[in-house]
Amino acid sequence: MSGWVIRRFLQMILVVFGVVTLAFVFAFLVPANPARMVAGPQASPAAVASIAHQLGLDRSTWSQYWSFLGRLVHGNLGISFVLQGRTVASEILRALPYTAFLAVGGVIWEVIIGIPAGVIAAYKPRSFFDRFATLGALFGLSAPPFWLGLMLIYFLSYRWSIFPLNGVGSPLIWYMILPSFTLGVGGAAFYSRMVRTTILQVLRSPFIEFARLKGMPERTILFRHVVRHALIPVVTMLGMDLGYFLGGVLIIESIFGIPGVGQLAFASISTLDVPMITGTVMVAAIFMVVMSFIVDVAYTFIDPRVRLNRGQ
Amino acid sequence: MINLPENELDFGIAGSEPTMLGQPNFWRRALKSLMHDGVALASVAFIVLLVIVAVFAPWISPYNPVQQFANGLSPVGAPVGPGSHFLLGTDSAARDVLSRLIYGARVSLLVGVVATSLASAIGVVVGAIAGYAGGIVESVLMRLTDMVLSFPILLFCVALIAVTGPSTRNVVLVIAFAYWTYLARVVRGQVLSLKEREFVTAARTLGVGHIKIIRKHILPHLMPTIIVYATLGIATSILLEASLSFLGIGVPLPQASWGEMISEGQQYFQSAPWLLIAPGVALILTVLAFNLAGDWLTDLLDPATREGR
Amino acid sequence: MTQTSTLLSVRDLSVHFRLRRGPKDSRNVRAVDGVTFEIAKGQTLGIAGESGSGKSTVARSLVQITRPTGGTIYLDGSDVTSLKGRRLKEFRRRMQMVFQDPYDSLDPRMSVRDAIGEALSVSGLPGPRHDETVEELLRRVNLPASLARRYPGQLSGGQRQRVSIARALAVNPKIIICDEAVAALDVSIRAQVLNLLKDIQHDTGVAYLFISHDLSTLRFMADQVAIMYVGRVVEYGTSDEVFSRPLHPYTKALIAAVPSVTTRGRTRLKLSGEPPDPGNPPSGCPFHPRCPEAVDQCRLTRPELGTTDEGQSVACHVVLSRHGRDATRQVSP
Repeated sequence: MSGWVIRRFLQMILVVFGVVTLAFVFAFLVPANPARMVAGPQASPAAVASIAHQLGLDRSTWSQYWSFLGRLVHGNLGISFVLQGRTVASEILRALPYTAFLAVGGVIWEVIIGIPAGVIAAYKPRSFFDRFATLGALFGLSAPPFWLGLMLIYFLSYRWSIFPLNGVGSPLIWYMILPSFTLGVGGAAFYSRMVRTTILQVLRSPFIEFARLKGMPERTILFRHVVRHALIPVVTMLGMDLGYFLGGVLIIESIFGIPGVGQLAFASISTLDVPMITGTVMVAAIFMVVMSFIVDVAYTFIDPRVRLNRGQ
Repeated sequence: MINLPENELDFGIAGSEPTMLGQPNFWRRALKSLMHDGVALASVAFIVLLVIVAVFAPWISPYNPVQQFANGLSPVGAPVGPGSHFLLGTDSAARDVLSRLIYGARVSLLVGVVATSLASAIGVVVGAIAGYAGGIVESVLMRLTDMVLSFPILLFCVALIAVTGPSTRNVVLVIAFAYWTYLARVVRGQVLSLKEREFVTAARTLGVGHIKIIRKHILPHLMPTIIVYATLGIATSILLEASLSFLGIGVPLPQASWGEMISEGQQYFQSAPWLLIAPGVALILTVLAFNLAGDWLTDLLDPATREGR
Repeated sequence: MTQTSTLLSVRDLSVHFRLRRGPKDSRNVRAVDGVTFEIAKGQTLGIAGESGSGKSTVARSLVQITRPTGGTIYLDGSDVTSLKGRRLKEFRRRMQMVFQDPYDSLDPRMSVRDAIGEALSVSGLPGPRHDETVEELLRRVNLPASLARRYPGQLSGGQRQRVSIARALAVNPKIIICDEAVAALDVSIRAQVLNLLKDIQHDTGVAYLFISHDLSTLRFMADQVAIMYVGRVVEYGTSDEVFSRPLHPYTKALIAAVPSVTTRGRTRLKLSGEPPDPGNPPSGCPFHPRCPEAVDQCRLTRPELGTTDEGQSVACHVVLSRHGRDATRQVSP
């Protein structure tokens, strides 16, 4: 058991390392001279050269890469080229609470819509509710989130003035309801289908037949055996979603004017703020990698069957 | 949200023996199943219609999509609503929305199909090699896939476009580069089980070469999966393209793209909601049609999943 | 049996691999451990044993699907143990295999013509002559030529197995390994296929390595028989010797378990318990926990295969002390 966790952990470190390296390579590909960007458009060539020296840009690629890694280990993601004097880490930390709030909200919407919808649809297949849920799920899966968000703003905020138009304020939760809902719709649709499929599969399995033969009430069977079974994959995928959302939800943050990590990343990309781009992309990717590690490990603890399969 | 079956959610594409592609009466069976499935028929019909519209856009579209009309703005300078002259109204730049919608279909389909084909090609090659070769090759290829997968797909696209500069070609490349990982994973899983099948062992004992085994015994079995994933991939790619264009880094202006139209409409939607509704509905219907067609193909090519979806 | 007629000679063949049961649990499994036998031209060797005895691994390692980890394989006098590249391909044409599962050993997406044609291409026959040869091969296995256009899904189990045989014959092999080739077939069809195999042997002089858990099939097919237990041969001799006068307690028990082969009056030995896990075999003689005749020595040391007065070789302390001529000498027929 522990051996596998360690192997998986080392694998995670390897992927993080790869991601970081990719980000470093990426920074080299950006068609802009960082020293020129820091120095400003009016700076003399000598000033640019001196800044290039300060930033270590005149050193060899390997030595730059090495010090880049060294700084990362200390949590130093560099200094923004555009926002004078701000460190990338502090900017990300400032934006992260909004994104975290949004991400958790999105996952909550996924759970409270997706799972009950899937369970009810599976419990009464081909019923009116099932068809309705299918339709809703198809819509949720096919509607682009940015369009859905704009529609919600148009009707709920603009026409009927129920929710604030955009931005953030106090209480924060009030400003987060629409964005997190928009974020969660796609996942909710996906999970409702997935839960329905798994439950129908589990309902056909022999141990459910056995429970029925024993005379166990349908409701007990459904909740004690079936739903629990069907939720294992969902729970782990929710973990992945959280990791993915935490990386910044670019479009939704931009529509609703939320100053989160996604906005930060997008802004830095449009201004070619290289340290900020690499920083945000890296942080997002690391959230994903770490969450997938946690999920994998959790999965093996929840579901003993996986443990056996993984071993081989 | 990428709406794809992942490994946890294997809809049973692997394993069982689906309808034989390329075998006698396959097409007859396909047609019959389509005729019995109203929803699938509607989505396939919609896709066909969309393709016709996209291909014949210059003949179908009422106006030039980038032409700015003198009568395209109201006296106060606002977009003109739907009417007899401009069927779906005009946008803030006094251009005909319907014409832009029709030309937008071109962009969506082109990007969707080309990006997905490219992604499928990469995904199948990487997945098949990783699954068949095993060992070090597999480890390296799959860790690489993990790395690309762990980048948030949209942010990844945005960052890449920032480097490469916005152009239709780059949008296609970037989407393909992000999407191949999904297919690579699924294909690898299937190849792993396929190569243990006895007919593959039989071919090996005959002395058939590896390349020929992959081509003759492995690839044909992957076709159903590839087709299903490609169909769903077109839906995903169209959404991605729309998202990129919405962010202003997709297909360059003044070309019409549904995402860009929505982004433009965003500023005027209080006064001109049709600017949002027309491209939004077009986008939803298109993505829906591809998703439903994908579901139908899954059912058709793999009888094991018929129940419960 | 003279030296010149020996076709396949297997010396001390071993297949060991590491098995990971779980993240913590990994051990060395001796799936095949020091197996030695010979097959003469045009003869049939039968290998019997329960599941897990390693008999299929022997087959797979002979055709080099699983690489042997030890021992030597001679075909026609030349060492073919670790061939690579072109020489491996060339070797494969001389040794063919018919698999157990007729529903999986033919590619469901390939017509009969293409499946056999693939084998013909491998043996270098030009494309234009395929149709004619495929027809010939189908006739050889008593199938109508019209079947060539069919797909495996449209054939019965017996027909598929005949196609598999035709495919194996397509490359003119010297020896065909039949790994439980008739196990999945109905009894009536099984007899037909077995007769077909015998006819083919009679006509072409091909040798068979016939692997089966079914002793009556082996008795019908085999000239020589090897009984395997947990990766080792425990009894080896001519079919007559082994079936009419089994010596090893395990062989006796196996034979006793088959109603049709049981002679009246013989004590029926019951085989109790499960065969041991090859990853964790018992000490000494691996059969001792299930053996009615086990003595103390059986728990401590593993018996080697030794020749008996009766003619066959047996790996059993009890039998060898009673009938053995040479209990320590490795068998070299």
